[in-house]
Amino acid sequence: MSDPLLTLVLILAKLGVIFGVILTLAAYLVLAERKLLARMQLRYGPNRVGLFGLMQPLADLIKLLTKEDFLPARADKWLFLLAPGISAVTALLTFAVIPFGPPLELFGKTVPLVVIDLNVGVLYFLAFSSLAVYGIALGGWASNSKYALLGSIRGLSQLISYELSMGLAIVPVVMMARSFSLTEIVMAQEKIPYILLNPVAFMIFLISILAESKRIPFDLPEAENELVAGFHTEYSGMRFGLFFVGEYINLIILGSMVTVLFLGGWHGPWLPGVIWFSVKVLAICGFFIWVRGSMPRLRYDQLMHFGWKVLLPISLLNVLVTGAILLGMG
Amino acid sequence: MHIWRDLRGTVQPFWITLRNMLRKPVTVQYPEQKQQLSPRYRARLILSRDPDGNERCVACHLCSAACPVDCISMQAVEAEDGRRYAAWFRINFTRCIFCGLCTEACPTLAIQVTGDFELAGRDPLKLVYEKEDLLVDHCGHNSEYNFYRQAGIGVAAPRGTNSTESEPVDVKDLLP
Repeated sequence: MSDPLLTLVLILAKLGVIFGVILTLAAYLVLAERKLLARMQLRYGPNRVGLFGLMQPLADLIKLLTKEDFLPARADKWLFLLAPGISAVTALLTFAVIPFGPPLELFGKTVPLVVIDLNVGVLYFLAFSSLAVYGIALGGWASNSKYALLGSIRGLSQLISYELSMGLAIVPVVMMARSFSLTEIVMAQEKIPYILLNPVAFMIFLISILAESKRIPFDLPEAENELVAGFHTEYSGMRFGLFFVGEYINLIILGSMVTVLFLGGWHGPWLPGVIWFSVKVLAICGFFIWVRGSMPRLRYDQLMHFGWKVLLPISLLNVLVTGAILLGMG
Repeated sequence: MHIWRDLRGTVQPFWITLRNMLRKPVTVQYPEQKQQLSPRYRARLILSRDPDGNERCVACHLCSAACPVDCISMQAVEAEDGRRYAAWFRINFTRCIFCGLCTEACPTLAIQVTGDFELAGRDPLKLVYEKEDLLVDHCGHNSEYNFYRQAGIGVAAPRGTNSTESEPVDVKDLLP
């Protein structure tokens, strides 16, 4: 095989594998969440479809695909149809910059285990997590429904508020690694992961991504008992499914970001890098599910108060202190 | 600020959910495992028979009058020996709310509730039960009561011959 062709095949294979793994993982994350939540509430969770309910994602998919694709009266048709796509695609695209393993030697070529190693990977991640807001905002707006609109307004203000502290929690990491490239950030954590060097930034980042993923305790955009289902109230069938899958892909992405930025990415003893990476990501996802089973939902003013008056000052202070220490160390 | 209280309130729920995860779920896995129902469970209605094997129902319409959703209907007839019975008796279980008011209204203990709650089906018309579907060959909850032997109207046995009855009094004898 000629060299450019081999490169192309390798890239396509990598894309296909990532696409398949992410989507399957997202589907099974839903199942894992339902089962874990059920066990926390002394129930069994889905255990009827297949062995231990392992075919449940497939059954859900069939159900969603065969449901009516409902369009509310006087909804903004194109935006309504587009919004779930934005939500799912932005989540998927974010994974492009995440390095999930050390470079691999294949057919005499070095294949980096990342779709594209951008030198501004952190900015790419921040940009796409901001773009994901459009899915919620447009979806809620186009539905022509009070609840959806209220949900999307909440979602907008919440995501914008928490993106600030999220970005500011990444700044110390970038300062310590002296790079915006996620691969180099992982490389810089070869000896000691940043969770130990800067636990404050880790906590801020963790809380912010909880808000960013719109999950309990920050699930105000879809607060069931106030807003029916928030921004996706009017969605049905696979369009709702896209929002849903987007949310879980987003969960995986955010878990990967925590792993890359604070838990040392693929670094770890004994096991291969990819396995270490997956274990860390799944642990973070499991933690998210645990949080969902344990925490109540915040009130809206508490959410804003916490974001602007607690997280933001602490993260700013953290940036300053980290900078001072780095300066002092030379 | 109650930092200690808030911290404890944040950490404690995690401990509780973690503990719950290791406990056995309380779910009863229905089609395979079945719960022990209370003997007074109210589900499908039956028409029971008296200890002699005759129908208890005297078609008095009290159950259909008591029924809040009007799902009971019947036609009363009288046999030659003076026994009243229902020519047809119909309960529409798609409407029945299993409140049991009909059983409370029934003077002859004919209509009774059972613990059979598995009535679901795809065809609503199959849930309209006729008399032959409702009538059973046992006495239900009460194995002794026989209306015609208590009522003193001389249908099951001549007046005054039942165990709880005394001879009828000829009122004209009491005249001065």
